[in-house]
Amino acid sequence: MLDPVESLTSAFPQAVEDTQEFRGEITVIVAADSIVEVCRYCRDTKGLEYNFLSDVAGVDYYPQEPRFAVSYHLYSMVHNRSLRLKVYLPGDDPALPSVTGVFPAANWSEREVYDLFGVVFTGHPDLRRILMPDGWDGHPLRKDYPLGYETVQFSFNFDEVDRHKPYARE
Amino acid sequence: MSGLQDSVWAGDIQQLKGLVSERALSGETVVLNMGPQHPSTHGVLRLMLELDGEEIVSCVPDIGYLHTGIEKNMEAKRYEQAITMTDRMDYLNPLGNNLVYCLAIEKIIDLDVPPRAQYLRVLLAELTRINSHLVWLGTHALDIGAMSMFLYCFREREKILDIFEMVSGQRMMSTYFRPGGLWRDVPEDFEPAVRDFISYFPARIDDYERLLTDNPLWLDRTQGIGFLSAQDAIALGCTGPTLRGSGVNWDIRKAIPYSSYEHFEFDVPLGQHGDVYDRYLIRVEEMRQSLRIVQQALDNLPGGPVRSNNRKYVPPPRSELGTSMEAVIHHFKLWTEGFRPPKGEVYVRVESPRGELGCYLISDGSPKPWRVHFRTPSFIHLSALPHMSKGYLIADLVGIIGTVDIVLGDADR
Repeated sequence: MLDPVESLTSAFPQAVEDTQEFRGEITVIVAADSIVEVCRYCRDTKGLEYNFLSDVAGVDYYPQEPRFAVSYHLYSMVHNRSLRLKVYLPGDDPALPSVTGVFPAANWSEREVYDLFGVVFTGHPDLRRILMPDGWDGHPLRKDYPLGYETVQFSFNFDEVDRHKPYARE
Repeated sequence: MSGLQDSVWAGDIQQLKGLVSERALSGETVVLNMGPQHPSTHGVLRLMLELDGEEIVSCVPDIGYLHTGIEKNMEAKRYEQAITMTDRMDYLNPLGNNLVYCLAIEKIIDLDVPPRAQYLRVLLAELTRINSHLVWLGTHALDIGAMSMFLYCFREREKILDIFEMVSGQRMMSTYFRPGGLWRDVPEDFEPAVRDFISYFPARIDDYERLLTDNPLWLDRTQGIGFLSAQDAIALGCTGPTLRGSGVNWDIRKAIPYSSYEHFEFDVPLGQHGDVYDRYLIRVEEMRQSLRIVQQALDNLPGGPVRSNNRKYVPPPRSELGTSMEAVIHHFKLWTEGFRPPKGEVYVRVESPRGELGCYLISDGSPKPWRVHFRTPSFIHLSALPHMSKGYLIADLVGIIGTVDIVLGDADR
């Protein structure tokens, strides 16, 4: 059983940017263009064998820069332990290679990140919107995308609020 | 004439390229729409099927009809307010969703949970598993044509929902688990009600098995279809009974025990063939094992408080407000501002009835979560559906959709 931080830093001295540990969870921050090689290394190296991709999740750190992050939650059924790979991406044209070739499970998760954050996964076999309608404008989980509200109607302002409601009238 | 023109589909055939085979573009195979209101799709799932006769050449699922933006909404709510949103994701596993979200909060702030609360969480999570498997069994059998199963399963499910209502006041959207423990202790009637259920239910499982397990029609419709090999199941991210049906012994309750699951004795049933029938046998056996866990939890239920005493995160009981100034201050701070967990990020996984339910929680130190992401089993299993259904007949597809046990609220969130 290898230590994931040691073996990744020695195998990818340029690609591994930082490592963190919080509440026993290890996070390895990886450069965007080498995520596929790092994933393949984690999956195929004897002693690491992270053979299961649980999840791919996007994060928006707006207004910080680098603005976006994509987290990969890897799990090893052989050694019963987890690892988080994290990639930071710039706010303008965020793009990174898709890991569907290594972990087919990433297929829909990456589509979800693309749909809700607008992060483009190059080399993805079928990068379409998945949760939002095809013609939707914008990416809802971005922090600068407003959350809709509806004003509460009380008896004293019922008509006033009703006039501004968006539902269709005859 | 203008009306007729409007009714013609204005889409472009190029949109289908890459999704279906070249044979569909030339018209050799038929592209058929199934859903989103088809009764066997368990909610609103749309499938685009490419058919060669009755054989499925490709299957393209289309989801998002139940997308309600729960993750976005949770970012705008305080940690404790947001628990109510989790009930509404997987509506057959509300307490399991509460559990994973509370575990994530507890991990990020390192909050203790009293043993009584942990045992009650396990007990209720296992009742939720039985509840979910009952709905699955009833609807799956109904899809395949065993009509009466649905009625029997829902009859028993109602008894579990009565127990949920007894403890939380709600049949389904219970919001009973809170960070640091439970909302409040279970009432006095709880124990006899659960004991009643434990003595009543095993005979009912035997009834289901008598109706289905050796039924030649059931065997015809479920054996040898929806095959999934162990390697493919792992690569496609399948978990829970779908993975164990292929013979992979991975149950999060055993591998990464949470909420004191390590104190309980139970077996993890495994399949041999990885087909629809094996997954049926596994879920039925899981109901028996869940009942074993419920029995153990009830027999060994520790006494004591059901919520942590850490007043920075858990509000004081109502009775203290009249006598303690400090309690009033904590109460006021927690209900107006909420608590502020330390900065950090955690990923917590639990075994939901469907498979791995994960919660990825990022805190920026403010009273509202910066990002909550749920890794939901239905979403990942639906992405494996094209692989599982390729080459089978369209009549088998109904059984294959049933066997992955999808809840669209869980997939779309």
